[in-house]
Amino acid sequence: MTDLARLTAMDRRGFVKALGGGVLVLVSAPSLTAGLEAQGRPGYPTDLNAYLHIAEDGKVTLFSGKIEMGQGITTSLAQMAAEELGAPLDAFTVVAGDTATCPWDAGTWGSMTTRFFGPAVRAAAAQARLVLMDLAAQRLGVPRAQLTAQEGVVYVTRDRSRRVSYGELARGQQITHTVDEKAVLRAVREFRVMGRSPRRLDGRDKVTGAGKFAGDVRRPGMLYARIVRPPSHGATPRSLDTSAAAAMPGVTVVNHDGLVAVLAPDPETASRALEAVKAEWDVPAVAVNTDSIFDHLVATAVPGETPEEGGDLAAGRAASAQTFDATYYNAYVAHAPMEPHTSVAEVKDGRATVWAATQSPFGTQQQVARALGFRPEDVRVITPYVGGGFGGKSAGQQSVEAARLAQATGKPVMVAWTRAEEFFFDTYRPAAVVKIASGIDAAGAMRLWDYTVYAAGSRGSDVFYDVANRRVRAFGASGYGGATPNLHPFATGPWRAPGANTNRFAAESQIDVMAAAAGMDPLEFRLRNTKDPRMLGVLRAVARAAGWRARPFPARDGRGRGLACGIDVGTYAAHVAEVTVDRATGTVKVDRVVCAQDMGIVVNPDGAKMQTEGAITMGLGYALSEGLRFEGGRILDANFDSYSLPRFSWLPAIEVVLVPNDALDPQGGGEPGIINMGGAIANAIFDATGARVPYLPLTPERVLAEIRKL
Amino acid sequence: MTETVSFTLNGKPVSLDTDPQRALLWVLRTDLELTGTKYGCGEGMCGACTVVVDGRAVRACLTDLASVRGKSVTTIEGLEQNGQLHPLQAAFHEHGAFQCGYCTPGMIMNAVGLLQANARPTRAQIVEGMEGNLCRCGAHQRILAAIETASGQGGQP
Repeated sequence: MTDLARLTAMDRRGFVKALGGGVLVLVSAPSLTAGLEAQGRPGYPTDLNAYLHIAEDGKVTLFSGKIEMGQGITTSLAQMAAEELGAPLDAFTVVAGDTATCPWDAGTWGSMTTRFFGPAVRAAAAQARLVLMDLAAQRLGVPRAQLTAQEGVVYVTRDRSRRVSYGELARGQQITHTVDEKAVLRAVREFRVMGRSPRRLDGRDKVTGAGKFAGDVRRPGMLYARIVRPPSHGATPRSLDTSAAAAMPGVTVVNHDGLVAVLAPDPETASRALEAVKAEWDVPAVAVNTDSIFDHLVATAVPGETPEEGGDLAAGRAASAQTFDATYYNAYVAHAPMEPHTSVAEVKDGRATVWAATQSPFGTQQQVARALGFRPEDVRVITPYVGGGFGGKSAGQQSVEAARLAQATGKPVMVAWTRAEEFFFDTYRPAAVVKIASGIDAAGAMRLWDYTVYAAGSRGSDVFYDVANRRVRAFGASGYGGATPNLHPFATGPWRAPGANTNRFAAESQIDVMAAAAGMDPLEFRLRNTKDPRMLGVLRAVARAAGWRARPFPARDGRGRGLACGIDVGTYAAHVAEVTVDRATGTVKVDRVVCAQDMGIVVNPDGAKMQTEGAITMGLGYALSEGLRFEGGRILDANFDSYSLPRFSWLPAIEVVLVPNDALDPQGGGEPGIINMGGAIANAIFDATGARVPYLPLTPERVLAEIRKL
Repeated sequence: MTETVSFTLNGKPVSLDTDPQRALLWVLRTDLELTGTKYGCGEGMCGACTVVVDGRAVRACLTDLASVRGKSVTTIEGLEQNGQLHPLQAAFHEHGAFQCGYCTPGMIMNAVGLLQANARPTRAQIVEGMEGNLCRCGAHQRILAAIETASGQGGQP
């Protein structure tokens, strides 16, 4: 038994007691472990469980280790549970990301909630339904087979007047039921709650401002902290004078093991105190900057995995009538959630409670425990609503800071990063370089695909095109926590569909380069070069929805359309972008984006579309404007004036088509919608102008520079 | 430099003894414990802290307390009347015009100001009016649809 399992088991006893009466169902779910191992992360403890509690008033509480940061999973998980339990959706409350009450979970990332946690929730709910029906059978004196459960009521199938509600059944019970995952789940054709689009359960909280985020937590005697920050990553303090800050009324100074902070009962005093701190720093010499980073990455990244290898590259080159060698570049991109990293920590009687804006409450629990010298079971992390994550709230730096300061001061402490701190400590999507050598024969069939990605990792580099002579190599591993130390001048990390945005941009640009050289329509080229039925399905669906007709390519009349496709988290996605390019300035306006997605069974169609629309809109940023500027470890972007996010005026008409595939379990939905945005827009710019821009973001300067080369 | 500053907050009179140079954002969030108004950038670049002062949408992070003296301030908490959502709140809920919800109060308050100035804006006018409000989740399409739904439905705070 792992420590985590023991902790969960211990907490559970107290937890069951605290819940009082009712029926509690726990599930062990091997599929969760399998899914995580596939992602290269540690597995769940063996006694993993998903909790579902039916109270004596018929209210149902779903305890989820996954957190809500906008994906709508509180709604979709409740739908899955409601479907299998046979209870109305409005009976549900979802508790998410509380380490004291929710099942252990590695973290909310990788579009895994519906794919991997969903089955456990469904199994728990299906089992709970059986438990309740057994109770009803006893109560009504009728065999289970003659009963029906629906809308929180069990009735005799042939005599609906003989009925008993879930609440009545739960009354006076103290049932704790542990099951495996084998419960029979309802078939798609039976769905009453899944497959529909109820309004989001978090909606009222969010439109009224009543929903609490970490920064909205107030504790008696709480201090607001501001932390002394270096001007550059890698800088070391030369001198520090906090005396003026310490002399300010109400201000506490903490200087402990490298953590220097000023704290006050209100955030404005804390900010003024920070301004009064005098610090001098030794900043290391600049090794790389915004312009030199690409040469650095190629020179430094060490060879890593080779996820695809087949055929003979030399033979592929020989068999090609035309070959194409190209290099593509992608910039560092910030997560920039609207809610900066924020945590409140309270340390009392050897126990810590942390309210954290995090995608990883259980990871935060471990980090805080280590920092405080506590046992993990003495740290409770509570996750209020999280104001956007996108991969950027996977680490727990601000929680550790808050916890250390709470320990040092003996008072509850809030650490709320400013926007400048948010930009400084962002775990950026790594900049990357992709080199491709490819070839086609006289008939336009792909014969060679030699693909090397530096620093982005291989996700999204799947070769679903039919090309026998192929190789995909990833240098510098994933680009974060990877095989090459000091590859990047600051922290990098997962960013919505890590690697896939870079890889689809490069691969799909190259596909269009070949289509143009072959004199073929880009859609036709793709359809002819793949036999993957799901890919053919999304390509045909997006073409139909976009009204794609073959025409001279590139059109070169200032308006263009671009196609890109890819696979991510089990979902297939194809996008068409339509753009207008001002050829005098290089400015690109995206007029329309159509996306077709095959994501298996869809739990909540409108929720799935919401995620995809969001991914498309967010994707406009990395495609058109977002690229971090830096000089060594000095981050030059500190706010939204120089780092430009997509705005209302950029918004294209967006259409999302879900390609039905009820034969497949639900696949990922948070990320696939963003992976093709760079590729589709770059291809549309080519169609509009004849200029191939191999850099993301596709800024007016870069577009103009390539137009002028024509 | 403590002074007494009085204004109307969500329809009720309020009086504070404090430094009038302080930013309205922090007065709301700390002294008055109205946490629906969010910090996003601190420099008026994101709109998460938008509130309505005498019918006009302003950024609370750039608004000092002195400037609202004697005026009427409405925050997201002041929109709901007798348990009834404001038409904009109802439309945001209905359209799913939010994801993480952090920018949502600012979006709604900015739209309140927009509809106060122009009860039936065109799509282009809505886009122009909302341009300074950032949403990282990408709910833009639905936010525009929600504002269009709510426009012409009163919307008096």
